[in-house]
Amino acid sequence: MSVRDSILAKIRSNNLTELPLPEIPFFNDGRTDLLARYKTVLTSIGGTPRELAEAETLEDLIREVYPDAERIASSVPLAGIPLVTISDETDKATLEAMDVAILKGEFAVAENAAIWVPEANMLNRALPFISQHLVLLVEKDKLVLNMHEAYEHIDTESLSYGVFIAGPSKTADIEQSLVIGAHGARSLVVVFL
Amino acid sequence: MQTDQHLIPHAEAANQFIKDEERTDWHDQTLWFVRQKRDKIAHTIPEWEDLRELGSQIKNHTLSRLDHYLAQFEANAKANGVHVHWAANAKEHNEIVLGIIRKHSPTGIAKMVKSKSMLTEECHMNEYLISQGVEVIDTDLGERIVQLRQEPPSHIVMPAIHLKKADVSDTFHEHLGTEKGNNDPQYLTEAARQHLREKFVGASIAITGVNFAVAETGGFVVCTNEGNADLGVNLADVHIACMGIEKIIPQQKHLGVFLRLLARSATGQPVTTYSSHFRKPRRQGQEMHIVLVDNGRSTQLGRPDFRNSLKCIRCAACFNTCPVYRRSGGHSYHNAVAGPIGSILAPNLDMRKNADLPFASTLCGSCSNVCPVKIDIHDQLWKWRQVLMAEGLAPASKKVSMQAMATVFSHPAVYRLGGKIGRWTVKNLPFLVNNKLNPWYTQREMPAAPPESFQEWYAKNRKK
Ligand code: SF4
Repeated sequence: MSVRDSILAKIRSNNLTELPLPEIPFFNDGRTDLLARYKTVLTSIGGTPRELAEAETLEDLIREVYPDAERIASSVPLAGIPLVTISDETDKATLEAMDVAILKGEFAVAENAAIWVPEANMLNRALPFISQHLVLLVEKDKLVLNMHEAYEHIDTESLSYGVFIAGPSKTADIEQSLVIGAHGARSLVVVFL
Repeated sequence: MQTDQHLIPHAEAANQFIKDEERTDWHDQTLWFVRQKRDKIAHTIPEWEDLRELGSQIKNHTLSRLDHYLAQFEANAKANGVHVHWAANAKEHNEIVLGIIRKHSPTGIAKMVKSKSMLTEECHMNEYLISQGVEVIDTDLGERIVQLRQEPPSHIVMPAIHLKKADVSDTFHEHLGTEKGNNDPQYLTEAARQHLREKFVGASIAITGVNFAVAETGGFVVCTNEGNADLGVNLADVHIACMGIEKIIPQQKHLGVFLRLLARSATGQPVTTYSSHFRKPRRQGQEMHIVLVDNGRSTQLGRPDFRNSLKCIRCAACFNTCPVYRRSGGHSYHNAVAGPIGSILAPNLDMRKNADLPFASTLCGSCSNVCPVKIDIHDQLWKWRQVLMAEGLAPASKKVSMQAMATVFSHPAVYRLGGKIGRWTVKNLPFLVNNKLNPWYTQREMPAAPPESFQEWYAKNRKK
């Protein structure tokens, strides 16, 4: 018998009675202030929520937040900002030199400030993690309350790889002192469009 | 590194740990602080208790049909282009991993980066691979710290929680060349970031653990705060994910329940920074492997009293709340998973070697109260004691371990708290408040008076 079959047979030999699988409610609390809630949570975990001010462009905002950034990649066109082209084929050295990555998020989750970023939005799977800083763009009406609702919005068929990103990379492994910027992005700005 | 040969019983190791009073107090208070963060955030979720119940029921259901879901997961993972391997025990697991590595690097030193996986700790994979000429680099900061010090992790979520800044500074000075005496966590973390970036870029193989594997999609989820799992995997040619067979859940939507519970229970965060859903390899010829490991789990599944310990999602809330763990430290448990849940899982793997662990508890029940999947942890500890005593494996144990416990709790540090003693008692020995006569074994702390005699119970429940 293969190892696989013997493990499965051993499990089966326990003859367990099937226990019921529960239904999952949405736990919608009826509140509608999702954007405000999102911003509060994101701020509390070290991220920065932004909206474009009157007459401000995305380019202005990027220049303001990251004035010294030289190597920027973006999945949306940015007028006047020279961009590094990143694709599946990009070598590690180029990826490692990236200062800022600007990517689209599919939707935002109010309860925990997570943004869903599927592979198709990443330019390269390593980019959101290897870039020194990360900017995620989300449409204002793409906000959901909690993770139950979030999973309703994920297209399982096309899912190859995707990540909920909530805040910048961080660690508290040295005597429980919080340090932002462990291995991934040192800062995260979420721009609501 | 601690090995079976010099295994020190929990009580003795705990006595070593508490010799450094200041450190013991710090350890105790820090973990209690994490427990309080957990409480605070749990209280902001009105449906918290419903979520715990749902988490528990989903896991109970899955365990009752584990063979079905494992087969479904395997079929879907294969359809996604992922290689699926099965290992009956730790040895097979390690050999499978080495086989994959050797296929890609037949000669020379294979370079591998690894994110946190308690399963690979359980299998002692690092030692094995290193002995076979593989460079194994732990990339979680806490794990890297203990790896450089040649120590095992002392906590499943906070692997270096037994260390102070100065210890880390000394270790980094020695291995990474940081300034001597610079204890600034920001500086030390930055040094590790630079050091590990090099490793990430240089590695061709990445190993990760698995938090949840979804039968319906054949995908799996890995949760980190640092981003080390994604960075490693997405730069490597080969991704090997190692998981115990109990990590399966039926459907993707069930992740909603578990991701809401996990980080809140673990560290009091709303969610981990990265919840990464791996399903298919990268287009440019990346290889993905999943190793499904039994290593005693199917045996535990057959023990009705201990079966539901397999529901565990490794959040460590039971560690942080446990008065014994907080004052004895993770290393005193001589097992990859320490704390209350480790004390239930370990005797399943080796009853003789781990006979001391179920006694490393006051049975106060705080663990069961915080467990996000409602495992009856303290009941199971009590039941293990009965099994071990009947097997003659409890080493004069009731007495010995009670003495050890008395030492831990009568430690001078306790009294220094003076006027705070009342509060300390409520926090650490909640059962004392209600039970003045027999604090260790009392009716209230027992899982309810057994309706049958122990002999009857044992005869019925013993696995032959
Ligand atoms: S037993 Fe419960 S509380 Fe302890 S680590 Fe497992 S899930 Fe968390």
